Amino acid sequence: MSDTSIHSSETARKRLRKRHAKEVRFRILGILAIAIAMVSLLWLLISVVGTGYKAFYQHDITMEVVLDETLLDPTGARDPQKLRGANYRRVIQNSLYERFPEVTDRKARQELFNIISTSGAPNFVRQMVYNDPSLVGQTLTIQVPTSDDVDQLFKGNIDRETPEALRKVSNRQIEWVDSLKATGEIKAHFNKRLFTGTDSRDPELAGIASAFVGSAMALGVAFLLAFPIGVGAAIYLDEFAPKNKFIDFIEININNLAAVPSIVFGLLGLAVFLNFFGLPRSAPLVGGMVLALMTFPTIIIATRSALRAVSPSIRDGALSVGASHIQAVFHHKLPLAAPGILTGSIIGMAQALGETAPLLMIGMVAFVTEIPTSVTEPAAALPVQIFLWSDSAERAWAERTSAAIIVLLTVLVVMNGLAIWLRSKLERRW
Amino acid sequence: MKMKSTLITALGVILLSACGSDDGTTVKSDAASKADTKMVEKAPEASQSSGDIRIVGSSTVYPFSTKVAQEFKNKTGYNVVVESTGSGGGHKLFCDGVGPDTANITNSSRRQKKSEFEMCVENGVDEIVEVKIGFDGIVLANALEAPTIDFTAKQVFLAFAKEVPVSDTDCTMQDNPYVTWSDIDANLPDTTIEAYGPPPTSGTRDAFVEVAMEGGAKQVACLAALRKEDKKAFQVVAHTIREDGKWIDSGENDNAIVQTLVNTPTAMVIFGFSFLDQNADKIKGMTVDGAEPSFENIAAGAYPISRSLFFYLKKAHVGSVNGLQEFALEFTSEEASGPGGYLEEIGLVPLPDAERAKYRSDVETLATYQQ
Repeated sequence: MSDTSIHSSETARKRLRKRHAKEVRFRILGILAIAIAMVSLLWLLISVVGTGYKAFYQHDITMEVVLDETLLDPTGARDPQKLRGANYRRVIQNSLYERFPEVTDRKARQELFNIISTSGAPNFVRQMVYNDPSLVGQTLTIQVPTSDDVDQLFKGNIDRETPEALRKVSNRQIEWVDSLKATGEIKAHFNKRLFTGTDSRDPELAGIASAFVGSAMALGVAFLLAFPIGVGAAIYLDEFAPKNKFIDFIEININNLAAVPSIVFGLLGLAVFLNFFGLPRSAPLVGGMVLALMTFPTIIIATRSALRAVSPSIRDGALSVGASHIQAVFHHKLPLAAPGILTGSIIGMAQALGETAPLLMIGMVAFVTEIPTSVTEPAAALPVQIFLWSDSAERAWAERTSAAIIVLLTVLVVMNGLAIWLRSKLERRW
Repeated sequence: MKMKSTLITALGVILLSACGSDDGTTVKSDAASKADTKMVEKAPEASQSSGDIRIVGSSTVYPFSTKVAQEFKNKTGYNVVVESTGSGGGHKLFCDGVGPDTANITNSSRRQKKSEFEMCVENGVDEIVEVKIGFDGIVLANALEAPTIDFTAKQVFLAFAKEVPVSDTDCTMQDNPYVTWSDIDANLPDTTIEAYGPPPTSGTRDAFVEVAMEGGAKQVACLAALRKEDKKAFQVVAHTIREDGKWIDSGENDNAIVQTLVNTPTAMVIFGFSFLDQNADKIKGMTVDGAEPSFENIAAGAYPISRSLFFYLKKAHVGSVNGLQEFALEFTSEEASGPGGYLEEIGLVPLPDAERAKYRSDVETLATYQQ
């Protein structure tokens, strides 16, 4: 071999260097792309968790409430309906005035009342008395949330240094709540209400339970519809359908359907399910049906690619020992394709969970104060709840919005984790 | 396309036969059993009830409506479902007809239009109770440390219109040439015009163009003349917001914008009064025509950019929907929408006493209105 061989000549070495440089450049670009993706993801996570974590604890106040019979039930009849309509605000106010007897001025008393959740405390006592009218006349010790402003003050989102005129919490209020905090009457607790409570106009009382259940129901309906239909359609198309122009046309349409903006499915749901079939508005049933329409092209596509990934020799082997076509598909091919099918479906479902646009059209952007117990009762959905909360004026909503986003993200991560786990569990290798 | 629709119809039929009718019956029994455990006295009502009180409409009225819904549910146990569909969408749903599937109340951040009223009447919704619940101001706000500016409505118009006349007397239109506020008036600060405002789909935007922009345009002499001759042409001028990046469409009412303002003190934002009220430690409102945006000024009508908020009640549903009139009574009660009421706490500006009494009695007697 001489130096003039085509592999070691000067020009050849140049070409080689060029090729190596190309590879290095590509590697750097690849790392850059991943870095950008990671940084934006981290950024998102940090900003959401950074504002959201504070919503997971909340300041509550423990107070004694005298359930004055002359105020609540002057007649002594203990009629639950009458008791329900009684003036519990006054009961709470009186208890607070007793705790701070030195506060007598009308304006100051108004401010004093505003340190607790003005809607939450009376309604909490109202509910207790309604459930057990015999409580009237007794003294209760209750634990209720402080107002959102006081909570924000303790969390540092309201600055004590701001001039009083511009601050939502007055100097007097700060003095009172600080003294209550010193005596342990105001304490920070884990915010259970965020998970068990329904939507509320008052941030200190709001929770995601109804939206969470609504989302779960809609997703359940969507899965029950989209999974069997999607998988069935895919098996038929792949294994049994005749190969002709018409079937090709259907295939193209299904692929297109997967790319249709989700709001279109919402409009379709409005036109078909609500206006034509007369199904109820705001119901998770309809929400699920719309989400099913949206997901099932995804499921068809995932199923078909999973089926194609199974080696044809499996089916041929089954056929050659005398299995019928349907046996070959269902007994041999489908179990091998199952991990891919499930992964695709779960990811499709996760996508559906995050959808707001189609739900907008069918009335799931709603204020619902009850946890739905059936799929035809009105409900909201998690992403919709996030949207509605981000739209509200009070500062405390900002952290609650982020907290709801954290919950939604957690559910998504769990779903995707489930997909990965299922795949590794069910996958078979030869 | 054909295939798609056949697929969808087929799907719909399967769904309907699979779960439609079955679920219908289970719901009934569900609701009944819930009523049994939770409120014994209400059982007979639940059996004949046509369900929850359904409210649709304006996203501006939504926070007030939901607050009342929450209090009302606590006091009476009636379930109220409030949807935020926007004023226009609300009227459309409301006017759909009379019956258990239609909305009982629609919220509106403006008066019902004549065309909407006619659509209602056409669909058999001819008995409507109109209730004005209060006022809402639209404010221009900027960060606390930014200079306070005293605007006239005319300056607001000149700053945000897409096309402005070359001078007060010559109505030849030109693309809006103003880059800084001082270009409009030497007395205004020398900062770039930059505003985050509500998008075209929002009721806040409608009110802003109708009240502030039209009001400002009227102060330009030649446009005032144009208004007398050709109202349509005048409205086109007044209602078209500039699109060269000085006006940035942002979320209608978005908490995050407050933070944007703090970070960019030269920018300002246009949104509902309640956001200013809640964030007075970070932002401040500009005075318009000498009046600063405050509860008192909006209530007295001294602050020029304000609008009335309404809800409309379907009289035909009173009696068949349990608690409907009681809900309207709660909404118009002193405790709710009166001065010092719980709605004022979250930013609703109450009506003057006489007007409040009038609408209260309308609800009591279910007096319908005509257009």
